[in-house]
Amino acid sequence: MRKLLNTLHVMTQGAYLHRDGETVSVKVDHETKLRIPVHTLEGLVCWGQVSCSPPVLSLCCESGVGISFLTEQGRFLARIQGPVSGNVLLRRQQYRLCDGAEGALPAVRMTVTAKIANSRTVLLRAARETSDPQRSETLRDAAKRLQWIGLDASRADNIEIARGHEGLAGQEYFSAFDSMINGDRDAFRFQGRSRRPPLDRTNALLSFIYALLRHDIESALESVGLDPAVGFLHADRPGRPSLALDMMEELRSPLADRLALTLINRRQVQASGFTIQDSGATLLEEATRKQVIAAWQTRKQEEIEHPFLNERIPLGLIPYTQALLLARYVRGGLDAYPAFLWR
Amino acid sequence: MLVLVSYDVSTREEAGRRRLRRVARLCEDRGQRVQNSVFECLVDAAQWVRFRADLLTEIAPEEDSLRFYFLGNEWKRRVEHIGAKPSYDPQGPLIL
Repeated sequence: MRKLLNTLHVMTQGAYLHRDGETVSVKVDHETKLRIPVHTLEGLVCWGQVSCSPPVLSLCCESGVGISFLTEQGRFLARIQGPVSGNVLLRRQQYRLCDGAEGALPAVRMTVTAKIANSRTVLLRAARETSDPQRSETLRDAAKRLQWIGLDASRADNIEIARGHEGLAGQEYFSAFDSMINGDRDAFRFQGRSRRPPLDRTNALLSFIYALLRHDIESALESVGLDPAVGFLHADRPGRPSLALDMMEELRSPLADRLALTLINRRQVQASGFTIQDSGATLLEEATRKQVIAAWQTRKQEEIEHPFLNERIPLGLIPYTQALLLARYVRGGLDAYPAFLWR
Repeated sequence: MLVLVSYDVSTREEAGRRRLRRVARLCEDRGQRVQNSVFECLVDAAQWVRFRADLLTEIAPEEDSLRFYFLGNEWKRRVEHIGAKPSYDPQGPLIL
């Protein structure tokens, strides 16, 4: 299995990244703050006002390091990736599969079923952890309903129906989400998902972590040679990374939601670490952003046993292994796409 | 794995100073400078073979010396730092 390499997050406003030999060097006010050999990196994320010299871009592209540019708040702006890796035949096969409804259906069914199963696992785990019997009851009820929706989704006979189940499951899951919060329940009250802009602290935290997950998934898909823009579940739309969004569905609750809940419940993020604007839009403050990224990076090193490969791998490699398995399915090497099921 | 590379390059002549610069350059490309001529390099087996060969072609064995210490993957348990110039952890969260 490939090694999990590090991701460099540059959040200092006004920082300048340039190439120095085989290293990426970060300068702030003409002073070198850090010099990192490029072979220890797999991703580079620039937050806000961070500029990169063209040589550093080419160095990263040659070494297969994906670069993402985000706003200071974590909204995605652009990505730079070197020459497309993998082969044309794989991508052509992917397009064929995504075009034909029969080809896409099995993968869609697997993704949706896995998404529902994973959200259910998150609910049940929270139900065991909470000390409040009433909330635990709510979570168990929601989990039960998800189980039925999941069963229906696994038998869906066209994509529209599978999408319907996915939407239903999402509603069910988020309606119980508030009961999973044990920390500061007043500050982190969750009343349904809101985004662009997120209207409360929990939503702001979720959106932020989803942006991190998306960077990792897009890099993983490109590194195995799949086209992140052409998805099974999400319809094509200019500029939308549909395949990356598909893969986010199955990984969202175990990798991102779980982390958000841990941060809130262990009071690692505080209510004061957010700013609420007059419009209601809620933003993470800089210190909170750094904390969340540090927690995300640390969590990626945790090892789990991959349910399909039966191999211990760091959590951070899951997007990559799923992308590999998906590529293998597209090529015809696997009869079905083994979506990631979190136990 | 983490390899600790330290070197002593004779700087009596111009040729030696040139070797010193080139060896330092190679090490900077592969790892982080933790003390004046001491580098911690996080490399895999293949990268190490390449890196080692590059170093060997630079030095003049009659005058200079190189020492490699292999700290493996469990290097975090084996390294302790005290005092100024704290280093960054190449496997920990890298946020700047």
